[in-house]
Formats: sequence, C-alpha cells, structure tokens
Amino acid sequence: MGRTLTEKVLGRKAGKDVQAGEVVTVSPDYVLSHDNSAAIIQEFRKLGVKKVKAPGKIVIVLDHIVPAADEKYAQNHKTIREFVAEQAIPNFFDINTGICHQVLPEQGFALPGLVIVGSDSHTPSYGALGAFATGIGRTETACTWATDEIWLRVPETMRIDLSGRMSPGVFAKDLSLKLIGDHGAEMANYKAVEFDGPAARDFSVGARLTLANMSAEMGAKNGYFAPDDKALKWLEGRARGPFTAVSSDPDASYESVLAYDLDALEPQVACPHSVDNVKPVAAVAGNPVNQVLIGTCTNGRLEDLEAAAAIFKGRKVHPSVRVLVLPASWAVYREALKSGALAVLVDAGCVILNSGCGPCLGAHEGLMAAGEVCLSTSNRNFRGRMGHRDSEIYLASPATAAATAVTGKITDPREFT
Amino acid sequence: MSHGIVWKYGDNVNTDVIFPGRYTYQIMTPGEMAKHALEDLDPGFAPKVKPGDIIVAGKNFGSGSSREQAAACLKAAGVQAVVAKSFARIYFRNAINIGLPVLQSEEAADRLEAGDHVDIELAQGEIRTAKGTFRFKPLPASVLGIIAAGGLIEYTKSKLVEGQIEEEQE
Ligand code: SF4
Repeated sequence: MGRTLTEKVLGRKAGKDVQAGEVVTVSPDYVLSHDNSAAIIQEFRKLGVKKVKAPGKIVIVLDHIVPAADEKYAQNHKTIREFVAEQAIPNFFDINTGICHQVLPEQGFALPGLVIVGSDSHTPSYGALGAFATGIGRTETACTWATDEIWLRVPETMRIDLSGRMSPGVFAKDLSLKLIGDHGAEMANYKAVEFDGPAARDFSVGARLTLANMSAEMGAKNGYFAPDDKALKWLEGRARGPFTAVSSDPDASYESVLAYDLDALEPQVACPHSVDNVKPVAAVAGNPVNQVLIGTCTNGRLEDLEAAAAIFKGRKVHPSVRVLVLPASWAVYREALKSGALAVLVDAGCVILNSGCGPCLGAHEGLMAAGEVCLSTSNRNFRGRMGHRDSEIYLASPATAAATAVTGKITDPREFT
Repeated sequence: MSHGIVWKYGDNVNTDVIFPGRYTYQIMTPGEMAKHALEDLDPGFAPKVKPGDIIVAGKNFGSGSSREQAAACLKAAGVQAVVAKSFARIYFRNAINIGLPVLQSEEAADRLEAGDHVDIELAQGEIRTAKGTFRFKPLPASVLGIIAAGGLIEYTKSKLVEGQIEEEQE
C-alpha cells in the first residue's frame, strides 16, 4: 500500500516504514519559538541541564510584541537575547525581521521533507512547501531543546481535491473560510490535510501558505501541498540546506476526501466569534466597521498587500475607519516599497506598522474598545482576541478588507474589480 | 497489568466537562483536581472511581481547550487509561506528556459497556475482558517510558541523567 507525504516524511526520520496511527520518536530538523521563548527558557532551566542539545536547530524569531510594548515584554526579549548568546544559538531573528511563519519560509528553513515543530499553533504553515510542520506545547519545546527528540503520532490524512478556477476578487483565504464554514472548526482534528488537485497546483506559494496556515483552524496537525516545480523554484536561492522532496503515492490511503470546485466560490467572511461562523460577504455586506487590519501570518505577504493596493489605488480610507497594515516580514516590507504598493496604501490613509503580529493577539498596537468592530485578514476571531471582550472581529481576505476600508462597511471586493 | 472497571461516555467529551474552566486558574494539588474530574458530565464519577478503572468514550475525546488539567485530573483520580474512538489532538499529547495512557480502539469503544471488568496490558497493546481481547497498536517504548516515568519532564530529566552517566563512562 502506498504512503502519504506525512507517513513518508515521518517514516524517513524514524528510520522505518510507518503508517497513520503509529507513534514515532524523531529528531526534528528545526524547533521554532518566538517571544514565548522566555517561558520556554524557564521550563528548560527546570530540567537541570546547562546546554541545549542542538543549538543549530533552534530558530527563535521575535515577532509577537515588537518592539516591546512595556517593561515586562522588554524583560522577556532581554532574557531571550541573553539565552541566545549563552547557548550560541545561530538562528535568532530580532524585532526587525518579521512574523516567524513568514520568516521561516523566506529564509529557507521551511523545506520539502523536513520535520519542523514549533511552539506556535500556526506552525503547520510550512506544509505549503512540503514540510511536515506542527505546533507543540511549551514544556515539550523545552524538552526538545534538551534532548533533540520528540514523539509524534502519525496522523491520518484528509485530502481536499480542488478543481476549477477562482474568479477575480476571490482568494485562497475565501476558500479556507468556506471549508471551515462548511465542515466546522474540528473538521480535520488530529489529521493531516493534503491540498491537491489541479487548482491546488495553480496556487502561488503565498496562497499555499495561507491555506496551510488556516489548516490549524481546521484542527489539523499539519496541512500541506505536494512540493512541485513552483515550490522548488520559489526555494531557489533560499534553501539553507539539502532536502528531498516527497509526495504522497497515488495509492496512499486517505481517511476522507473532499472535492471542491472553485468556479462558484464567492468572497467569504467569518463572523464573530468563531472561525466556523462563515457567511458569504454578500450576507453581511453593509455592516459598519471601525477598524481594518491587513497583515498577519495568514495574509501579510506581498501579493496580499498588492491585492489591497489594487483597490486602494486612487481611493481613500473611509473617514470612520482606521486601517492598520503590517507587512508579514521586512522582506515583504521592502518588496512592497519597491513595487509601489506601500505608497498606494499610505496615500490612501493606512497606518503602516512594524512587521510582526501587532494587534492580532491582542497585546498592543490598535486594540479595540467595547462595541468596536474590526475586519481582519488574520486567522482567529475569538471573543476578546483583539481587545475588549465586547468588541467583534470578522475575518476575510485582503481584498475584502480593502473594499471594506474604502466604504466603511463590509463590502464585496468584486464591486471594485 | 492492572484491573479495573469501565466508565462509559459518548462522543465529544470536551475539556470543559472533564475539568471545568472555572477551576483552571486555581493552583490545585492532584488530590483536589481529582475531586472535580468529569464534574459537569457525571457528578457520580469522582466519588466512586477506583484506582485502575478506565474511561471508554466515543469520538474526539478531550476536544476544546488545551488545559493540561483535563488529563491530569483523570490520572490523579486513578484512571489507568482512556479508551476512545479518537482523541482531540492537543488532549492526546497532554495526556501522554502527563503520563495518562490514551488508547484508540473503535472496536473496544463500541463493545465495552459501563461496569465491564477489564485488564490492560499496555506493553502488548491488549485490553482483556470477558467479551474477549481487544487489541490496539501498542504504544512504542519511548511513549511507554514517558508514561512510566510519570510524565515528560520527569522522563526527560531521567534520560538526561542517564545520558550524562554514559558520557562520563566514555
Ligand atoms: S500573526 Fe497572529 S496568528 Fe500569526 S503568529 Fe502572530 S499572533 Fe499568531
């Protein structure tokens, strides 16, 4: 019987043939953490060892609250910088780099066939490039630093076969919301999600990152695309080391298969307060918003800023709306400067913030007061995530975000195309 | 091998009914946690459960929040294993990492009923009952080691100590 990509990647690491349901112990290729490294360091100290086992595998990206919003965060950052120096951790990225889930692909850590674990729930993003990547807890991260080992259960796989072509104004984000709306936020609990079919191969690497990122909101352990020529080309000049691209065998065994035709897909929005409370934008069009956020690890890449800029060009942000833009990384920031997208956004009246998570997790930079409404391109709209518990968050694509910013109320971006 | 009786529940037993959210930010001893185990699902459970008993449930056991207490309170109550058709991902990891065996078996979950007597042989992957023997994929040695050590931190500590001894001998 054939094997899925996940079975192959974990099997090769474990040194044996494995199938879904087995538990393997593997030595991961990279272990990611971010500002929460301060808490992980605390756990690590409890283990009574002086040195991390494989400093070269540890990747730390400061991105959650950058620059530090208060003394407490400043102390966390300081603790992390000191630990990085003490342990001689080479892969440390300070506050002028970007969001970890953009930085790891961009800087060539996220590669086909690798095993990457991270103490962040959106670690599955790297499946966009054919890696096995999953989120783990803080205690586990500390133990993995000490032992260079982690146990993983090989997940069953759900395949999503994508066909057809999306119309203008419709994006990968809309597809991810549609899937979660149709099947619920636990649709892929513990499973691997394989995005496949002709339309999957049409998706840009950026769009693949959006979908793999959103697989976390489906409950998935990992989400991925088979690494194809498009992915390999994107990795040219970025890959930090050798890798072997693997894909699922044609006779691999899947727990379930869903088929979606993208021809009929419309712009979608997740309504407060859960990611699976999804409606077509048309159903809530006209609802007023106070704030629009364009950015995050889900939708802060160049193509996202350009989709927004296409709508903002020659237009202004509605006077009743604040628009916050956070390029997902400094590389994206520089590209958007060069491409002119940032100038369009600034001319329209958007506030450009440092690359990072910003208000996505409710820590700083643009939190909301009671009764306020935000439309965000991020991945979670839980109650109180971006400020007061009586504020509301809608999730949508960057195009829907820009259209909404221009009119001041939730708007279908196809009105501008 | 240890012996116990079955407590049976349905699908989607979530972390809120296993260990209520109102207690999650209180620091409790294991004994106190055990008193609240399954409080909002079956108030009769905590007073009557005996060491060695097992929980048998349907799909998606432990869905919901990532609170580690939802696994720890069952272990503290003496539950020797949870058998379910499937587990929520984070619950599965938490359970192993705090030393609670979680066993996936559709067949056992369907056929075992409340009050059945069972013997579990973890290393061989067997649940023996009057209804016959159910098999599950045995947990690998490393995971059994975590459970035997009482959780990931203790396991990692003991492994690191062994490692240091080896290094000294070399
Ligand atoms: S952008 Fe938001 S979802 Fe992404 S890593 Fe940062 S806080 Fe998490």
